[in-house]
Amino acid sequence: MELVRRAKRGDDTAFEELVRRYDRNVFRIAQHITQNREDAEDVVQDAFLKAYGNLAQFQEQSKFYTWLVRIAVNEALMRLRRRRPERMVSLDEEVKTEDDSLPREVADWSPNPEQMYNQAELREILTRTIQGLPPGFRTVFVLRDVEGLSTEETAQALELSIPAVKSRLLRARLQLRDRLSRYFQKRANGDSDKSSGDGDQ
Amino acid sequence: MKCTEFLNELTNYLDGALDERTKSELENHLAWCHNCYVVCDTTRKTIEIYRNQELYELPDDLRGRLQTAIMSKCSAHKEKKSGPQEF
Repeated sequence: MELVRRAKRGDDTAFEELVRRYDRNVFRIAQHITQNREDAEDVVQDAFLKAYGNLAQFQEQSKFYTWLVRIAVNEALMRLRRRRPERMVSLDEEVKTEDDSLPREVADWSPNPEQMYNQAELREILTRTIQGLPPGFRTVFVLRDVEGLSTEETAQALELSIPAVKSRLLRARLQLRDRLSRYFQKRANGDSDKSSGDGDQ
Repeated sequence: MKCTEFLNELTNYLDGALDERTKSELENHLAWCHNCYVVCDTTRKTIEIYRNQELYELPDDLRGRLQTAIMSKCSAHKEKKSGPQEF
């Protein structure tokens, strides 16, 4: 918090240090939400600029990082809405899918997926799979499970209730598991046609 | 515990947020229900695999450009704020 206080007093080197500390995280979050590299770059710049301009309003009741994430998520969702005006993009959306019931495919992943694929293949599968999630689920999963925010911090950053975060997280995790299973079981069964593994996108 | 009840508690279980009693009920269920065991195991692996693989790295050259752009916009913002007032 010392860096934040120095930055609030007008010390730009302290703010620059905050940029260096969190720019990778903000970029990752922005790219996960917008799914677009240029938008993610703009989000990083705009989020830090907004944080800089509003530092005086930061009350220090939450972590600076949680506050910054909240700004970045809002910027990213705004850009996503601009790119997809035909679709409602909201963190409040409730998406009913077949995945809400008990999972259908329950075969274990053996051998371990990280041994089945090379690094590039695995990253492509993971990227395609997470991109298929609705933004409201994707964002909660990224903040909780990729960035490691707590449930409370995620709720604060997204302005959602704790039960809403937990419900979205469960559904996001189960949907990802289900979609990944389709790839991993195909490969385990000797079918190398990975492109059809995520057939519902 | 039924399978649907297990599913409702899965996130709390994986996050270590269950009280001892519910945790023990859930583990009893996992001991005999193979499907739920596999769902639990592969969901845990799903989380781990995403945590281990950094999908969107920020390359050093782009990072440098972004940092420069951010700090120069911040300076411009500061100057504008402290500059002479227009009437």
